[in-house]
Amino acid sequence: MTLDLFLQHLSNGISLGSLYALIAIGYTMVYGVLRLINFAHGDIFMMATYFAFFGIVTFRIPWFITFPLVLVLTAALGMTVEAVAYRPIREAPKISILISAIGASFFLENLTIVLFGGVPKPFPAPTLFTDVVQVGTVAIQKLTFYIPIVTVLSLLALLYLINKTKTGMAMRAVSMDQETARVMGININHTIAFTFGLGSFLAAVGGIMWGMKFPQIQPLMGVIPGLKCFIAAVIGGIGNIGGAVIGGFILGIGEIMLVAFLPNLTGYRDAFAFVLLILILLSKPTGILGEKTAEKV
Amino acid sequence: MKRRTIFYLLLIVLLVLAGSGCTKKESNVIKIGVFEPITGANAAGGQLEVEGIKLANKLYPEVLGKKVELVIADNKSDKVEAATAAARLVEKDKVTAIIGSWGSSLSMAAGDIVKQGKVPTVGASCTNPLVTAGNDFYFRVCFIDPFQGTVMANYAYSKLNAKKAAIIQEINNDYAVGLAKFFMDSFKALTGDQEAIVAVANYNTGDQDFSAQLTNVKAQNPDVIFAPGNFTESALIISQARKLGIDCPFIGGDTWETQEFLDIGQEAVEGVVFSTFFATETPITAESAKFIKAYRDEYNKEPAAVAALGYDAYILILDALKRANTTDRVKLRDEIAKTKNFEGAAGIITLDANGDAVKNAVIKVVKAQKFTYLDTIAPQ
Amino acid sequence: MAAQKNNYRILTIVSLLLLLVFIGFAENHLDLYIVRILNVCAIYAILGMSMNLINGFTGLFSLGHAGFMAVGAYTTALLTIPPAIKAQIFYLAPLIKPLDQMNLPFPVALFVGGLLAAVVGGLIAAPTLRLKGDYLAIATLGFAEIIRVVFTNTQTITNGALGLKGIPALTNLWWSFGAAAFTLVVLLSLINSSYGRALKAIREDEIAAESMGIHLAKHKTLSFVIGAFFAGIGGGLLGNLLGTIDPKMFSFTFTFNILLIIVLGGMGSFSGSIISAFIVTIANEYLRFLDESIKVGMRSVVFSALLMFVVLFYRHGLMGANEFSWERLFGNKVYQKTLGRWTKRPRKGGYAG
Repeated sequence: MTLDLFLQHLSNGISLGSLYALIAIGYTMVYGVLRLINFAHGDIFMMATYFAFFGIVTFRIPWFITFPLVLVLTAALGMTVEAVAYRPIREAPKISILISAIGASFFLENLTIVLFGGVPKPFPAPTLFTDVVQVGTVAIQKLTFYIPIVTVLSLLALLYLINKTKTGMAMRAVSMDQETARVMGININHTIAFTFGLGSFLAAVGGIMWGMKFPQIQPLMGVIPGLKCFIAAVIGGIGNIGGAVIGGFILGIGEIMLVAFLPNLTGYRDAFAFVLLILILLSKPTGILGEKTAEKV
Repeated sequence: MKRRTIFYLLLIVLLVLAGSGCTKKESNVIKIGVFEPITGANAAGGQLEVEGIKLANKLYPEVLGKKVELVIADNKSDKVEAATAAARLVEKDKVTAIIGSWGSSLSMAAGDIVKQGKVPTVGASCTNPLVTAGNDFYFRVCFIDPFQGTVMANYAYSKLNAKKAAIIQEINNDYAVGLAKFFMDSFKALTGDQEAIVAVANYNTGDQDFSAQLTNVKAQNPDVIFAPGNFTESALIISQARKLGIDCPFIGGDTWETQEFLDIGQEAVEGVVFSTFFATETPITAESAKFIKAYRDEYNKEPAAVAALGYDAYILILDALKRANTTDRVKLRDEIAKTKNFEGAAGIITLDANGDAVKNAVIKVVKAQKFTYLDTIAPQ
Repeated sequence: MAAQKNNYRILTIVSLLLLLVFIGFAENHLDLYIVRILNVCAIYAILGMSMNLINGFTGLFSLGHAGFMAVGAYTTALLTIPPAIKAQIFYLAPLIKPLDQMNLPFPVALFVGGLLAAVVGGLIAAPTLRLKGDYLAIATLGFAEIIRVVFTNTQTITNGALGLKGIPALTNLWWSFGAAAFTLVVLLSLINSSYGRALKAIREDEIAAESMGIHLAKHKTLSFVIGAFFAGIGGGLLGNLLGTIDPKMFSFTFTFNILLIIVLGGMGSFSGSIISAFIVTIANEYLRFLDESIKVGMRSVVFSALLMFVVLFYRHGLMGANEFSWERLFGNKVYQKTLGRWTKRPRKGGYAG
């Protein structure tokens, strides 16, 4: 393999990895606070791209107004899902919450099919972001530079929010012990709703970036990214925001390198993430940056 | 607890179900089943096909002095549902013949049922050779995957002067895998070079990132890329390829002929070439002209190839019914099998021993964001 | 009391006889459409019961059922398709030896399919045993996806995306209802044995169960292996009912359908799974009008909403963790009416610490 070719693959890998990282951040944050896989995260991500589509194509709102609007709408959607599907059974056995989450995920997908049709729609990406620049022989889309920047900015903002603000402190408290947090005067419902809103906000950021990179949207588009980003979060150590970013990059670059070095295995690419997940769970179940937790009796 | 109520409800449902098995006999109506995916992943194609069939029914509402009634059964793009839907048409609706389905795997799910029930079935656009193989009640009005793959290999070799080709195939799609296989075989034979296929890259339905596969293909520097597959993924592949600086021609199959392919691919798909069944610019038969006009009047849009094929399936059955002069299903089957030089909207159809149509393929190119007729290729 | 028990026994025998008569009648006199739906009901009942063993009784939230079914369906199909048809359908690449010549009787093929699925279940159980809750769910889902991807890519064994066709239509009501009855009997006797009690103990509290001396790994593996075995049988029956299978069939949506059945019927009740398999399958046919009259795709929306509704408001499903019995059906109307269901049924769950 020539150096040029390797660099092209690496650039592809970083570009994909930073997208995974961006979505995994939202995933891991919700998990960190609630200890719950939000199965519907991928579908909230999908809804965000539809919101953007309707804003720009149907209502002809310029993108710089549509995008912030999408972020707010998606956050509201996330909070609604929490209020309907998770809050009523927060005290129920975990298995019930998981089933409810899966139900919510299928519901959103099917509802989108009914409302907007199953036929894929083109995502209206502003050309400002999608142009290509040539660096030597390596072709790089401008987005490839923007996505990591957005990822890092989101990461920093989130770390600040969680570690330096009062809301962040409440979130950390809830994640440690809901009962005690309640006793300390923290409004659990508000904190969890806020966490979901924030997670969905991040999903929307990821959705917009995803839509620009792969300009095609359809009701089931969130399923695979949802699963893969969950895996990225697990690899990095679920609940750990920095870990999610590392996990995203490992998964993205790993997938691309698998195809690059073992082209015969391209058909198995979708299985790669799952194999990686199982290997990580077996060797280091808490992930790369995760902390060991003892089972509470 | 309302458990008992639920039991009673279940009982009632079962009884109603058993009761609904009895249908009254109507002798002045000929029922033709329409077995198509109206919902689910294949809905877009299925709905277009139904439009063509409905149009044919409107233009030719009667045969043998009886009214023809369409019985539409949705197979939901799902194999289990498809088998049930087919059984419903055969057993409950007791149709004389069936048309469908878009999607070869769904057609195969109906295969044994129509064979067992002895209901002649005519597929419109299912191109997998296995649909009709070993089933003397299944026919189709379209050509099959091997032919389409061969046509594109010929095109790449003789019109594009390609010596090296790369394949990008949707590995979990029977259609794409079939086309790719026959393209590779013919292309190797034409060039006389066993190494003529320089790269084979795979992807799965729903994939969105193809950069790694494309970077590998680019490194092999092919003259042409054959990329049969779903229109969504194909459009993404072509636009990502152009962004990576791959500028060789892309060629593909009939699935690309959708508006969404153009919408998603935009300027990147300009100049791509693919084979299909039908072109409105060059009406092949008198029936084509009639179909195109009626379709435009009825639906106020340009007819898609699959709509024309659905239309053809219907008129082919009617023609066979006339010749058979009876609604006896086995006699009807025999007459359908004898179809020769039948003038349909999408070309002249002769059915071979397998029940597959032997007919011309049309080559189209994307020009100024429109599908434009390029060439017609006759079967060898 | 004894007399009543005797009466119930007679009632059971009469019902079973009636069922046999019904099957005999249905097989010969009802039309193919209804027979097909009944077959699907029975197969879904098998799949529901087997998934319930893992998820409902052992409390292991596994989402890998479609994978086990795929293994069973492919094995049974490959062993029952006549060699001549195999040669015809493997037209891209020939089937490997000695599979291309193999042809076994249906029951043997079904059994082998179940066994292979059980082996796969055991293989999956081994590494995932340590996982719990959501991790286990994702890992098993991942395994099922891996099985699907492998089946898509192994052209010379599974025929890849082309799928298999020409599978002889050997599944009839005798086989499907017989297999369902067999499944029920085996699973019930398992659950009522010491193994079954151990499984339930694991569901209620893993740590407590372990400290009581229950070998966690052994019992969890047992649950997975047996669950997978019957899932494989169900898959085999389905393949030989449909006549054609392909990897796409066995996606997560299929697991979702079975999950709906066990949640609706009650996690921890085999009879609940059977009842709800019939309800869901028949309702699925009856709700076709939703797609036709309201909007296409409406049926799926209704089903996913139904799943959420059941979990949110009616968590125990139709049967909770109880099994069907005549006593429950007829017994103690007054008690049921006055004190209602809440006092009778122990509330499970509550605060998970």
